[in-house]
Amino acid sequence: MATQQTSAAARVLVAPSVVLLFLWMIVPLAMTLYFSSLRYSLLDAENIGFVGLQNYTAFLSDPDFTSALLNTLILVGSVLAISVGGGILVALLMDQPVFGQNALRLMVIAPFFVMPTVSALVWKNLLMNPDSGLFAWIARSFGLEPVVWFTNYPMLSVIIVVSWEWLPFASLILLTALQSLDEEQKEAAQLDGAGPFSYFFYIVLPHIARAITVVILIETIFLLSVFAEIYVTTGGGPGVATTNIPFLVYKEALLNFDVGSASAGGIVAVVLANIVAIFLMRIVGRNLEG
Amino acid sequence: MAMKQSIGKRVGVTILAWTVAFLIFFPILWTFITSFKSELDAIAMPPKFLFFNWTLENYAEVQSRSNYLKYAFNSIVLSVGANILGLLVAVPAAWAMAFAPGKRTKDLLMWMLSTKMMPAVGVLVPIYLLFRDLGLLDSLWGIGFVLMLLNLPILIWMLYTYFKEIPIDILEAARMDGASLFNEIVYVLTPMAVPGIASTMLLAIILSWNEAFWTLNLATSNAAPLTAFIASYSAPEGFFWAKLSAASTLAIAPILILGWFSQKQLVRGLTFGAVK
Repeated sequence: MATQQTSAAARVLVAPSVVLLFLWMIVPLAMTLYFSSLRYSLLDAENIGFVGLQNYTAFLSDPDFTSALLNTLILVGSVLAISVGGGILVALLMDQPVFGQNALRLMVIAPFFVMPTVSALVWKNLLMNPDSGLFAWIARSFGLEPVVWFTNYPMLSVIIVVSWEWLPFASLILLTALQSLDEEQKEAAQLDGAGPFSYFFYIVLPHIARAITVVILIETIFLLSVFAEIYVTTGGGPGVATTNIPFLVYKEALLNFDVGSASAGGIVAVVLANIVAIFLMRIVGRNLEG
Repeated sequence: MAMKQSIGKRVGVTILAWTVAFLIFFPILWTFITSFKSELDAIAMPPKFLFFNWTLENYAEVQSRSNYLKYAFNSIVLSVGANILGLLVAVPAAWAMAFAPGKRTKDLLMWMLSTKMMPAVGVLVPIYLLFRDLGLLDSLWGIGFVLMLLNLPILIWMLYTYFKEIPIDILEAARMDGASLFNEIVYVLTPMAVPGIASTMLLAIILSWNEAFWTLNLATSNAAPLTAFIASYSAPEGFFWAKLSAASTLAIAPILILGWFSQKQLVRGLTFGAVK
């Protein structure tokens, strides 16, 4: 359908985006790969040399890396479980015929629009502070000792904050998917006398399965890069208790000035993210066929 | 179906739903309320919920002490500017892919999406060093450019899904009438595409406004937006909750309002059209 002239013009129109994205991703990535093979510290910039895979062996055998990898997986896994599980429940609830549905939606989606530095600091201080935080007051009202959240349960605290940010996203996407469920199908199920559980497992769940997959994959991509929440609350500590891979790379690069090691860490992060990305791309790609 | 349910059940579900929504929303409400307290009221035990001396002094102080307006200005310039630049590149690309698709269009779209999967830490080091050598650290141009590139795949994808919905017949009619490519874009497509472009822009502004990896790492003071401004409250001196709340309220209010308007587009934009 496209004539020769339009397809040539089309190429011209697409070119700037392609060039920009190429420069933005491929070139720095190639540089990261290159740096990762160097002994290169910003503190000792004269003494640069090729070291092969040494940065990788050093980075991967560093106990901090093992714990950062574990922290990353715990953070991603827990937030996924909470936000997707909670998101299904919230979406089911919002999908009921309730009074003021639109206002409800606005309240539920709101945390998603809060910038990460704000949510982290508000939770850390106003809510979770062991002396004057709201949670401390609630605990004392029940005669309990307030929890010293960020000192005693640093990772759990970060998980709670990040879950609060992502629960709305999961809820909104799943609600959108729920609302496309056929009204007729709902009524047919009711007429057939399906109980709420069989209705949920045989009709609702299969219908929103794809949306759930999409939520899981997209959240995973963002959650693998959680940074600001850790940066403003725990600074990766105590010790390395809340240091995930992005934070570890940041520390190596901008606090220890070790370009070689940070680059190796960056490449490790890229490999991790790509494993997830492949699955997401398949799903989105299937959608393009239609 | 709603008719068949008893009013009693509906009221019960409504109360439950409102309770859940209120709990989810509560931290934002609490921040808002705290921003009108004195610092002593802010840390009072038991907490003061509504009965305290409401004051605006925190808002004045946030401005006079740490120059809130400078950061807000940077946030606006960065999030709006970056995405205007982004649209200039993305609209032609999305148009071409939607209306003159070639054999490799689909692969190209997937490749663009794949750049979004790249974790920022993977390119932090070279970008940081490049910026340092080019003098772009802490400059609005440098950070704006990064924000534009971050959103470019989302811009193109969203625009693509919107443009795809424009009936192709209209275009063919214009071509039959001898409209040039340029005229086709300006007079036929643009008016039909404006709503899609506007919602795309809205979502992109929200994402840029809240972006906190690159803004924290590449900006220190001059070009620092509100994300960095708020981060400076992570190591404060003395009582600061009321001021933190006021600063936070100011930082999230504009985007919260924009976000509420754009929640439908959000689903499409963030799932790359996989959920509509």
